Amino acid sequence: MDYLLLQMLNGVQLGLLMFLLAAGLTLTFGIMDLVNLAHGSLYMMGAYIAWTTISWTDSFVMGALLALPIIFVLGLVVEAVVARRLYARNHLDQVLATFGLILFFNELVRVIWGPAGKSIAVPAFLNRTVEILPGVPYPAYRFAIIVVGAAVAILLAWLVARTRIGMLIRAGASNRRMIGALGVNIELLFSLVFGLGAVFAGLAGLMAAPITSVKIGMGDDILILAFVIIVIGGIGSIKGAFIAAMVVGQIDIVGRAFLPDLLKTFLSASAASSAAPAISQVLVYIVMAGVLVWRPTGLFGQRT
Amino acid sequence: MIAALRTPRGLITALILLALAVLPLLTQAFDQRYLLSIGTRIVIWSIAAVSLNMILGYGGLVSFGHAVFFGIGGYAVGILSAHGVSSGWIQWPVALIAATLWAALIGALSLRTRGLYFIMITLAFAQLVYYVGGGLEAYGADDGLNISRSRFPGLIDLRDKASFYWLCFVALCGTLWFCSRFANSRFGYVIRGAKSNDLRMTALGFPVFRYRLVAFTLSGTFGGLAGILLANEGAYISPAMMSWVKSGDLIVIVVLGGMGTLFGPLYGTIAFFVLEESLPHLLDLMRKGWGEYWQIVFGPLLILVALYARGGIDSLLGRRS
Repeated sequence: MDYLLLQMLNGVQLGLLMFLLAAGLTLTFGIMDLVNLAHGSLYMMGAYIAWTTISWTDSFVMGALLALPIIFVLGLVVEAVVARRLYARNHLDQVLATFGLILFFNELVRVIWGPAGKSIAVPAFLNRTVEILPGVPYPAYRFAIIVVGAAVAILLAWLVARTRIGMLIRAGASNRRMIGALGVNIELLFSLVFGLGAVFAGLAGLMAAPITSVKIGMGDDILILAFVIIVIGGIGSIKGAFIAAMVVGQIDIVGRAFLPDLLKTFLSASAASSAAPAISQVLVYIVMAGVLVWRPTGLFGQRT
Repeated sequence: MIAALRTPRGLITALILLALAVLPLLTQAFDQRYLLSIGTRIVIWSIAAVSLNMILGYGGLVSFGHAVFFGIGGYAVGILSAHGVSSGWIQWPVALIAATLWAALIGALSLRTRGLYFIMITLAFAQLVYYVGGGLEAYGADDGLNISRSRFPGLIDLRDKASFYWLCFVALCGTLWFCSRFANSRFGYVIRGAKSNDLRMTALGFPVFRYRLVAFTLSGTFGGLAGILLANEGAYISPAMMSWVKSGDLIVIVVLGGMGTLFGPLYGTIAFFVLEESLPHLLDLMRKGWGEYWQIVFGPLLILVALYARGGIDSLLGRRS
């Protein structure tokens, strides 16, 4: 029972990380109509930039706080140099150009930080366990990810639902030409949303770094999962992205944690341990296919 | 036929096809074996690119999972070969049928969606097969599997590099022939019409979904053919042959060459491989050691192609009549 609880918490933690990534993606698609494959590169850049700033400041928190504005600026640069030219283009051009960006960033990282992976240590004050329930310890760092992730999710929900900028974002998602015609500076709004998405992606990358590893292409696989999430949730819907991220997080972790034992009842031990991660990955895509067959625009997507 | 040779496009295309037809003789004469292996891969990738072009270029359906057919074709051959079924007469039809059935299945599900949803669902199905491939412990999981080449006793020995190359070349010619028949048929015109305006085609009474499904399925069959050849080329299968980056490469090739043109995918493949092989050397000439980082140039090049070169290489060869 405790084991199940811990694994479900791990699922929540993974889900929140993927939500941070998916939120930026779903905003850029919902508002600017941009398919940004390079969003995963911003996730990777977040981790690498944080590695550098952490080694400068010798403190995880300081390094992370220093890295976020840098990633924001990086997001603005990518928006101004490439992304802005793509908003009015069709999806194919966007896929192609941002695919080029991925190649560029992967290689840039190799030039700057070298081909070998880096690791970021778990900060000392979080390198222990907390008791989430009496007698049930849980790694403090993972718990911190859940807290930060949930805080950012709430902040985002507040930003979108309650503030003026959020109002513009929602208006932009439903009709961007109209809000432009009403005198809103949509170019500034687009830059801001792109930068915000970059910060969320970078934050996810740097928080994931101590529990995974910092390596070239780390953003590519998780990017596809993030796309799956926004497609399941319905493109442009923050709420959909959140729910889908939670579901995908649970499928992934619980699948990894429980499938091997289940499979061992009728497969050999080694076959079970190599098949289980594959099956839990496959499950995610089956869920997505099922949702799209049932609702071709996702759970909370706009019907056309 | 002869009249076509009078235009620059026709002449260049004829020269390229001629050069490809005699490539093994050239590489033998100049003792450049490595070039033949690049040539073989160019021909195989061209088949896949032509098959993707049928739905992407003519149909406007951005499938981001076409490399899955490399995997299906390849794994069908590899798995049969691992179980001792080495005859190509069994392997190849099984692989083609597998690719066709899979294309029909994912086509039936994916074509219900539009736009980004279509891009992502095709990608997701490809990833699904990719992870299944990585989970097949018996067939090497992520490491892949060395296989023996398909046998056609008495007919052709695929271990001979030149014979294998010519087989691939014949397959490419067959694919191009089929694609030209497809593009200029009533069926092809329905697909092309639906690209410009599927609502209108529906209003005219065409069952657009069914037409697209057939096109998607045929495209999968030829993709499977490329997969069979790719597995035989390296005598090796692995999930990497169907990673999403390969699907991205195929889209790049089709757009680079010129979407919705018969020979565009062929130009695109040649340009892609030439860039991949020569950029490192060019950069190394500028400064020693830079060649390793050729993708830092290649990435922005793709962005420029996407932004400014809509018609691809085909449009450089003059306007279409």
